[in-house]
This record gives sequence, structure tokens and C-alpha cells, in this order.
Amino acid sequence: MKPPPFTYHDPATVTEAIGLLASLDNAKLLAGGQSLMPMLNMRYAQPDHVIDLNRVEGLSAIREAGDGLEIGAMTRQREVEFSDDVERLCPLLHEAMPLVGHRQTRNRGTFGGSLAHFDSSAEIPTVCAALDAIVRVQGPGGARDIAFKDFAAGYLSTSMGLDEVLLSVQLPAWGAGHGFGFEEFARRHGDFAIVSAAALLEAGPDGRITRASLTLGGIGSAPLRMAPAEAALVGAPGSAETFAAAAETCRGIDALEDIHAPAVYRQHLAVVLSRRALEKAWSRMDADKGG
Amino acid sequence: MTYIGKNQKRLEDGPLLRGLGRFADAISFAGQLHMRVVRAPVAYGRLGRIDIDAAKDLAGVFAVWTAQDIMEIGPIPFRQVTLPGMERFRQYVLARGYVRYVGDPMAVVFADDPYIAEDAADLVTAEIEILAPCLDATGPVGAFEPGVPGEAGVVEKKYGDLSDAFARADHVIELRLKIGRHAGVPLETRGAVATFDPSDNMIRLYGAAKIPHKNRITIAAIIDHPVDRIHLHEGHVGGGFGTRGEVYPEDVLVCLAARKFKRPIKWIEDRRENLVAANHSRQQTHEIRAAVDARGFVLGVDDVFWLDQGAYVRTHGGAVSELTAAMLPGPYVWPAYRSVGHIRLTNKTPCGTYRAPGRFEGSFVRERLMDAIARRLGLDPVEVRRINFIAEDAMPFDRKVDALGTDVILDSGKYEDLLDRLLERVGYHRLKAELRRRRADGEMVGMGFAYFVEKSGLGPHDDVKLILDADGRVEIVTGTASVGQGVETVLAQIGADATGLPIEVFTVTHGQTDRIDHGMGAYASRATTMVGSAVHLAGRKFNLALRQAAADMLQATAEGLAITDGRIHRTDDPSGPAVSLAELGGEYFKAHGAPLTTEATFHAERMGFPYGIHLVVARIAPDTMAIELEKFVIAFDVGKAINPMLIRGQFAGAAAQGIGGALFEEFVYDEWGQPLATNFADYLLPTVFEVPKVEILLREDAPSPLNPLGVKGAGEGGITGTGAAIAAAVDDAIGGFGAIDSLPINPARLHQLVEKLGR
Repeated sequence: MKPPPFTYHDPATVTEAIGLLASLDNAKLLAGGQSLMPMLNMRYAQPDHVIDLNRVEGLSAIREAGDGLEIGAMTRQREVEFSDDVERLCPLLHEAMPLVGHRQTRNRGTFGGSLAHFDSSAEIPTVCAALDAIVRVQGPGGARDIAFKDFAAGYLSTSMGLDEVLLSVQLPAWGAGHGFGFEEFARRHGDFAIVSAAALLEAGPDGRITRASLTLGGIGSAPLRMAPAEAALVGAPGSAETFAAAAETCRGIDALEDIHAPAVYRQHLAVVLSRRALEKAWSRMDADKGG
Repeated sequence: MTYIGKNQKRLEDGPLLRGLGRFADAISFAGQLHMRVVRAPVAYGRLGRIDIDAAKDLAGVFAVWTAQDIMEIGPIPFRQVTLPGMERFRQYVLARGYVRYVGDPMAVVFADDPYIAEDAADLVTAEIEILAPCLDATGPVGAFEPGVPGEAGVVEKKYGDLSDAFARADHVIELRLKIGRHAGVPLETRGAVATFDPSDNMIRLYGAAKIPHKNRITIAAIIDHPVDRIHLHEGHVGGGFGTRGEVYPEDVLVCLAARKFKRPIKWIEDRRENLVAANHSRQQTHEIRAAVDARGFVLGVDDVFWLDQGAYVRTHGGAVSELTAAMLPGPYVWPAYRSVGHIRLTNKTPCGTYRAPGRFEGSFVRERLMDAIARRLGLDPVEVRRINFIAEDAMPFDRKVDALGTDVILDSGKYEDLLDRLLERVGYHRLKAELRRRRADGEMVGMGFAYFVEKSGLGPHDDVKLILDADGRVEIVTGTASVGQGVETVLAQIGADATGLPIEVFTVTHGQTDRIDHGMGAYASRATTMVGSAVHLAGRKFNLALRQAAADMLQATAEGLAITDGRIHRTDDPSGPAVSLAELGGEYFKAHGAPLTTEATFHAERMGFPYGIHLVVARIAPDTMAIELEKFVIAFDVGKAINPMLIRGQFAGAAAQGIGGALFEEFVYDEWGQPLATNFADYLLPTVFEVPKVEILLREDAPSPLNPLGVKGAGEGGITGTGAAIAAAVDDAIGGFGAIDSLPINPARLHQLVEKLGR
């Protein structure tokens, strides 16, 4: 478990990093290193070049932007976990952050690193899917935005170009007083979730749901937005029956199978955790704002 | 001052807490080469040509070996139970002809640094004609190689008239029970650093653990080297658990290469290697039948089991099977009994021992059986055990079987008494009623317990030297080993009481073959009973020797002297003239040219048998099937507790490991024999979040008559009943149908089971 030989690069700016990416073959970006370093040590990843982003200026920040938040790619997960802005504007993310790895890995792991690595059972991609995040990337031709629904490109891979660097993620905020709930099931504290569920709800004064988002993590190669469940929720009254019925639509999903869980158990958990997340979200709706 | 029975803080913690430990990887020598093992990528195949040219050509590579380079080196022999015909299944240090598990060493690379060694290892390629692997020990016998059936041996233990028992039975209860494959997994992986000095032909091996003296003899024999020209040195050890410290291929290879290349050779196992190369354990399937009379007394038990040995038979030989079969009856009379164990070879990592070998497995089988009997007869699980206990006045009780070369004679025990104390401690009937109420309210919660008999103090002997140096310090030199259990502290406590000296004067030396000729090591819960008893004997002699040496100086006889606070003085004048240990040590050395030394050997013909109970309350989340242990209690009779704090530590750690084996840890393979749990994301060790507080009821009601201290071992009793008790509690929680028949239990399997039960 020693990494194969590689050349280490230490750029100071995004432009420099992109230049290196564009000019070098088989290069890999290093963010917090909580996935890449073990993959190097186990030789699952064998890059010829490692480009370290840790000294690149300007990639680490959490700020209000438009009607939501913008989180720089190199922001440590710990900063997100303890950010008041995140708690205020994206409480779903705030709730999910303590479930990302362990305290020790969150000190070093980055927000963007988790997204770029794109493990489908990781919490950050699941929350980004739930919030319809917009991922800003930059390549030699300039910056571009990728809607999260277009971000996934298969198991552990994204639609970012090989010469692009992830700059930041915009997380549109939901309406004040919205309901949110993040639930996951893992064998042990701190493990990747076998299944996770992220729910967001808004409702009108009549107690009917006006907007709903339900996302499952750990099910397939990417976080899965449950469109049938969302369609069933919108317009329905917020009730145990509504949430149970919406959750039940998750039972038929295609779920992956591994040594930790067969597909049938993941499907079962998808139903259980969706219902829990929806009920939790509903219970948190601000009564004055409807619900 | 009495030290025995005191919660003495550990003497060995200083360097560990200050980060000064000498673990294997902390040991380096100038000019050393790093060894990397090239391991088989497939489970079973005929090994053709191995291409090492590219690896040899890599800059920084010193040498590459395959089996062809070391044809004179024989396979690794057995140190325990050898069954007829077992020899041919031993493992060569590098694979010959066939590879038999993913991880089987095929070649080794020696290079200037560990990175280059690993790069070079990746360049070694082998032609392997892939054969269909055998992965099931219970099916048709596989092939060790074409034409050689893969059954390494059959163990049989029996007594009594079984056919009569079944003829008289009112009930026959049959179960098929499985224990999964897991292992000790010490957090410090294995490591071996060997040096060779051509001037005196001396090989020294660092990173030794558990049984340095035995391994010294074994390695010397394998590499054909004079035994007195090889020494093993134990440093700090980051966990042993039975797994670490056996002779493995890598230990032999570093010694061989150091001698051949005349350079130090260093090998440090990485985690992925550790999970495929170091011994696995536990995997067994039992088919057991009990003949039971109308009131619940077991007339006889007939058991057949299959042990999934993996690809080779390693140093333990048939020990795990033998211990399983010999100790399965536990604390019960069972007048007739037979257990037949088939040691089956499969194309998986070879198996050896793991903390409470055979007893973790056997206790699961026995206690599931006793619960099934209780259920069939409508008895409380407590009552069925009471009916079957060996009575206190039947001790010592001849089990009429042997294990590890000694007769199993239960030395002492008050089995029912310990059960009563545990039931009182937990408020059994109240707790049972409360759980019934909670179940009625819709909770899935249940209680289970497991009774077990452990063993300890495997002989036949251990030597100890006590040496007074010129500064007044006393060194206890032993051939035991420290696997983190606190042996230095315990031996110093015993030494202090036996000599009458303060504990601060003692230094304990262990695991150094150049300091004492013989040593049996640390395994099988033997260090305190065997070595502790030897220290006790040597200490008594040392006390007399000190007084004799001081007699002239104080113009008295030895009988007229006493020792107080490290001062030797006249009994009739305690505050009068006195000799300090330093003065005595210095004078003695001047007069004799050698330090004052006493030696003693403790012999034990038989093992002692501590016993205990694990009681668990488990709660299951009805929707996710997450399993939470609400309560975990261990009751254990250790005979005499030298250091209760350390015993509690042993129990808590062992219980955590048992919880791992019962709920989390499993070496899973795919249909081609590829291991799927080769890192800590897939091989799930329980963490502090998964392990409940372990309550301990430590008793000293049945001291062992087999040693002067009355002690029994404490190293394994914290794990023995965990699988059985957790299974029983989960079973109770899901309705008490006896549906839990295999370990580990995980939420996904429980979900399927509960669906099947139609909840």
C-alpha cells in the first residue's frame, strides 16, 4: 500500500492548475485527499501526475449568492458543518454534514472533493441533487455551469472535462420556513450510507404541499431524484398517508447489490428512510409559512 | 504491602503513552532491503512460468525470488495438534506447482525502499491455469490438487453410550448452525526485520510476538541454521489475538534472505495483505442432535461439523477442531457425547486460531442447542441449564476427552452459583417481564445469555529467573510474551508479593530468546497462570536468597532477617541496621562475580477451566433492522484476580471483538474465490460507537487447585459467549422462534429472516 510513482505539482492559481491539467497526461487533482490518498496507496488510482489544489488561492469560501449559497470547492467539510450561513440557508446540508465520514476526515476533506469523487452513497452529492445545485467548473476555454442533473456520468465519474477544475457549487435556498429531513442508514457510525434519503417540502396555507424534493443516495451510480414520489406529493395534504404512499414509490427502484446489502434490502430501506425523511421535513415546517 | 488483587496501573504504559513504542515498523537497520510479497491474484490454479525479468531490471531492485530459488526450504511445520496425513497440506513459503488462495505468496522482491519493492512486485507476472475453486467446506470434498482430496483430517471426541441415549430420549432436537469467517485483525499488521552477522553466523529476527522461543526452533529447522545462532526479539506488539506471532512464510523469507544477502531485510505487512494473508478463523458448520428426557435433561449429544480450513493447514494443525470438539459440552453433564469434525480445505486464506478458538464456535452451537431444548420443552432458558449443570460437588470433573495433549478435567467450578449471582445482578425476572411488556408495546427487544467454560494455563512448564543487579533493581526474566495484556504489571505484582519487595524495583523482560533458554510464550490464556506461578515460586526463593546473602553483613541468620520496603533488617530490630537492595546487589556482585539470581520452573500437567456467562439485551429497529445492544453483562469466575482492572480491560476488549464477529466482521468471497473484504471499509470492525458499556461481574469463588495462586486465565472469557448470547437476544427480540442459526447477524439478513417469519 505504497502509491505508484507520480510527479507532484503545486500550483498557486486556478489558471496554473488548469494549465497543468491541460498539458499533462493522466493527471489527477488532489483536494482534501480523503479518497484519493487511499486510492493511490491501494493503487486503484495510478496517475502520472498529482496536482495539489491545497495552495490554490480563492477556492475556499462560503458566501450568500443570489437566492442561496455558494460554497468554494476547497472549503473544508468542517467549515460547512459549522457554518451559520449553511444552517440558515441550507439546513438540509447542515443536517447531513455530521454524517460525512468522521470528524477527523471532515477536518481535511473538502466539499468539492467529495463532489468530484462522486461516490453515490456520499452525503454531499445527495444533498446537491436534492437542492438542484449548480456546479461551476473552469477549463482552458473558461468557466461554465453544470446543472446537477447533468453532473453524473456513471459510477464514480462526472461530466466534468479532464481539463476542468471544480470551482464552486451554488445551492439555491428553499423558501423560508421550508421543511427538510436527511436520513441515512449505515452499518457503523461514519460509514458510507447503505441508503440515504434527503427530503425538502414547502406547503401552502391550506396545508397542501406546493413543492417537494426527494433524493435517494446509495442506490445506484448516482444520487437518485424520485420524480414519481415528488409528483405524488405536490398538491397532496401533508399527512402520514401521503408520505407513506410517496415513500412506497421507492420500492420499485433499481438498486445495486454489494457485500453490505442485497438490492431488496436497499429497496426496503429506500421506503423506510424516504418516509422518515419526509415526515421529519413536514414536522419542521414553519407553521406561520404554511404547513 | 500486598499487590495481588490490587488495581495496579500498568508498568508498561510509559513508552506507549509517550509514543516511544518499539513496534515492528519502528525497527530499522542501516543497509536494509525491503521485501515485498507477490501474491496470487486467483483462488486456485496451476502455476506456470513466473516472469520476474521486468521486476529485476527495475532500478533499486536487489533480487527477486520464486520457489525455484529456494527449493531446499521445506514447508512450515505444525506446532500443535497433528492428525495423520495432515503433513502434505502444509504451506511452502513460496507457492509450488499451484496457487491455492488469493494472497498465496508466489514470489518476493527485495529492493532499496518499500515503494520500489511494490513497483517491482507489480511487474511480476505469472502464467496461471485457472481451476475451479472449492469454496464450500460442507459440500463435496474439493481437491488440494488434482487427485488429492481436500480433507486434511477428521477429529473425533466421544464418550458414553450415544445409541442408548437416543433410544431413551423423549425428545430429539436437531439443529444446523453456522459461524462465519472472521479473524483477530490486530491493528498493528505483522512485521519482520531480520539481520545476519557473518562474523558469528548469527541471525536476529525482530518483530517477533506470542511465542518467540518456539518460533526460534521452528525457523532454525526450516532454514537449516543452528538454533543457538538465531535469536528472536519481541518489541511492542499492537495486538495478537492468536493471529499474530505464528510462523508465517514471511518470517522465514526475511531470515533466509538476510543470511543469503548478508543484509538486513525488512518486511512490513500492509492492511490489504493482512486481511488476505494472516490467519482467518472461526468458519464452521455444525449439525447437532440432542437426546433429551422429559424433564429437559440432556442424555446425549451427537455433533458433526465441517471446519473451513482455507487453502493450507498452518502451524495450529488440527487445534481449532480439537478444541471445538473437546470443549463443546461446556458446563453440562451430557452423559454421552460425540463430535466429529471434518477439516476441509477450501481455496480461501488459511485459518488458525483466534481468541477463544473452538470455544466461541462451540459455545454458539451448544447454547443455541440449549435454547432450542428449552423452547421445545417450554422451559425457561435458565431452568434447562440448571437441570444440566455439572454439580459443584462433582468437581474435579473428568470430561473424558483430551485436548492439546492433556486430559480435560474441569478443575473447579460453581456453575449454578455464578448463574444465580448474575440473575440477581441483572434482576432477571423483573428484566424479563419488562422486556415482555415492551414487546407487547410493539418494540422488538429481547434478552439472551450464554454459559461457557473456558480453559487456561496450557503447560507443560515455564521458567523464570529473578536477577538482582548492582543498582538494586530486580529483573524478572521470562520466556512469555506481551500481546498488550499487561503481563509485565501482573508478573511484577506477583513478584513483589512473593519476594516481599516493593513493585517499583521490578523490571520484566519477555520475548527475548537470548535472555532465557526456554519459554512457552503468551497464548491460550496461559501467561498469568503458568509464568505467574513460576514467578511466585522464584520469588519465594529470591526472598530467602536475599536474606542469606545479607546474613553475614547483618551478623544474623537468614531466619533472623526480614525484608521491609526493600530493606533487609533483623527481625528483632526493625529500625536497626539494614541493608538496601542496592548495597546487597553491589556487595553480592563483588563477592561472586555474578548477580544474585534465583530460578524456578512451574509445571502443570493439565489446564485450568474458568467459566462465565454473557448476558445481552438487544433492541432491533423494526423498520431498518438495525441491531443495538442495550445491555451487555459478563459474569466470570477467574479463580483469583491478580489485577481486577486489567481483567476488566481484557473482558471489555474481548467483548468488542466478539460483537464484531457476531454482528459486523465477515470475510466474504465471490463465486471465484475473490475476497471482497480486503479493507476496513468492507471488513467492518466495531468502533466505540457500536460497542455498549460492558458490565462485569468478576468472581473468585472457585480458585484453581492446579497452581499456587489459584488463578485461572482471563484473556479469552470476554469473547467466548458473545456470539451465542447476541444470537439468543436477537432471536428473543424477533419472536423467540430459534430462527437465528448463523453468525454474523446483519440487518440485511435479519430483514430477510423477519420477512420470512411473516412479521
